Amino acid sequence: MFNKFDVLETIEMIEKEHLDIRTVTMGISLLSCIRATAKETAKAVYDLVCRKAEKLVPTAEALSGEYGIPIVNKRVSVTPVSLITAAVPAESGVVGKALDDAAKTLGIDFLGGYSALVHKGTADYEEVFLQTIPEVLAATERLCSSVNVGSSKSGINMDAVRTMGEIVRRTAELTREKDGLGCAKLVVFCNAVEDNPFMAGAFHGVGEADTVINVGVSGPGVVQHALSFIPDADLTDAAELIKRTAFKITRAGQLVAKEAAKRLGARFGIVDLSLAPTPARGDSVAHILEELGLEVVGGHGTTAALAMLNDAVKKGGVMASSRVGGLSGAFIPVSEDIGMIESAAAGKITIDKLEAMTCVCSVGLDMIAIPGDTPATTISAIIADEAAIGMVNNKTTAVRVIPAPGKKVGDEVCFGGLLGRAPVMPVHEGDAGKFIRRGGLIPAPIHSFKN
Amino acid sequence: MRAVVTVTGSDRRGIIAKVSGFLFERNVNIEDISQTILGDQFAMIMIADMSECKMGFAELAKELAEMGEKIGMTVRIQHADIFDAMHNI
Repeated sequence: MFNKFDVLETIEMIEKEHLDIRTVTMGISLLSCIRATAKETAKAVYDLVCRKAEKLVPTAEALSGEYGIPIVNKRVSVTPVSLITAAVPAESGVVGKALDDAAKTLGIDFLGGYSALVHKGTADYEEVFLQTIPEVLAATERLCSSVNVGSSKSGINMDAVRTMGEIVRRTAELTREKDGLGCAKLVVFCNAVEDNPFMAGAFHGVGEADTVINVGVSGPGVVQHALSFIPDADLTDAAELIKRTAFKITRAGQLVAKEAAKRLGARFGIVDLSLAPTPARGDSVAHILEELGLEVVGGHGTTAALAMLNDAVKKGGVMASSRVGGLSGAFIPVSEDIGMIESAAAGKITIDKLEAMTCVCSVGLDMIAIPGDTPATTISAIIADEAAIGMVNNKTTAVRVIPAPGKKVGDEVCFGGLLGRAPVMPVHEGDAGKFIRRGGLIPAPIHSFKN
Repeated sequence: MRAVVTVTGSDRRGIIAKVSGFLFERNVNIEDISQTILGDQFAMIMIADMSECKMGFAELAKELAEMGEKIGMTVRIQHADIFDAMHNI
């Protein structure tokens, strides 16, 4: 039984500290939708997604009302589309359009899974599929795309890395009038997970059941607020407090996930133990790190503080949920975190520091605007560096950079809403073109051979 | 099902009577009441049994919130499970 202080604490977390369920994401297998033509497949996909997720939004809203906790996003992830259109890859966009239409019908803001898994090699049909991504992201609103180019077990597919540098550039160009918005819907992964509820990288893995509910929790403001009461505590005590706080946040997610799955006739998949910021003040991961004693996020000490935060969130969260998965950890998207935005605008955080931070947290270089004239090979090299960190450290890493067309360092891109705004950050000028053009596979590290 | 009704705002006379009367009229049984002061705010917490209530949860929540507005207080109703989940192992 709880007491009156527990009740008031929960209400304060929700009303003053931005505690929310960040996303209830329904994963849907599309494998049963494969037909002889792209048009028939698209129709089957649209019908299936609309039928399975018909009650997703009203159910989430009802749960939100009953528990008194906001459920910010309702989303859908699907089987990587490249697998569904393998026989007609050049027409994958038809299925992409059907998924975008389904998202609109369902009233959800994003649907993920215009994806390909090419970590060990790119099949011919996947090569064709990858080339459709820029046009499809430019022609759709709510569809998200992701490509897995490496894994700890297989190594890094450097041919795909090279291709993705070009794809990112082309996606930016085709969405030029919106500051390269298409790139905010495109993630390049190493060690992608099959049950991620967060966009833009969510897709429904082929190892999953038919229909699954995955939930992502949030609450950076709650953690920051809790830490503000122990300004002089040592880091052991701070870590303990973060664990306790993460436990409570995750328990709310677990409750919503189980109940949502029951009401929607789906399996309860996982709770993603995340600290996901938004551009709102009081909802920032960067500010947690500053609460721990850093003058500004991005300075020396940031990596250590983030490592501690990330670990404590996982330890508290694992205890709170029967099934944990997804990306699980603190997110550090630059444009979606007010503390990050301010630090980047002041030149206090660099892309190098962000890269270091991705070694100790989930997930990667996320929502970073870079100059519009950044060569495709440099973007590929950024992807390769990040993939190498993921591969060697057995963790998921990702790159979601926006080479903002026509913009240079000091300018700003603005996407609005949860995607926020980002100052254009400098990248290194040294040319990696020759390294990238070599192609091939960077072999998996020796410690991956565990069988 | 068990629900938790919370009332917060500046303290004034008749709040308990008003809220409990409102719940009584709708067949919601109050099992426990406690109150406390949070800074300059008054907070009342009621544990209620809704099993005899004929109204839907969303409708009751809406009416409670409207009644709260009229008396200048914030009134919420939440399923008790959220507090159990967050505060008990």
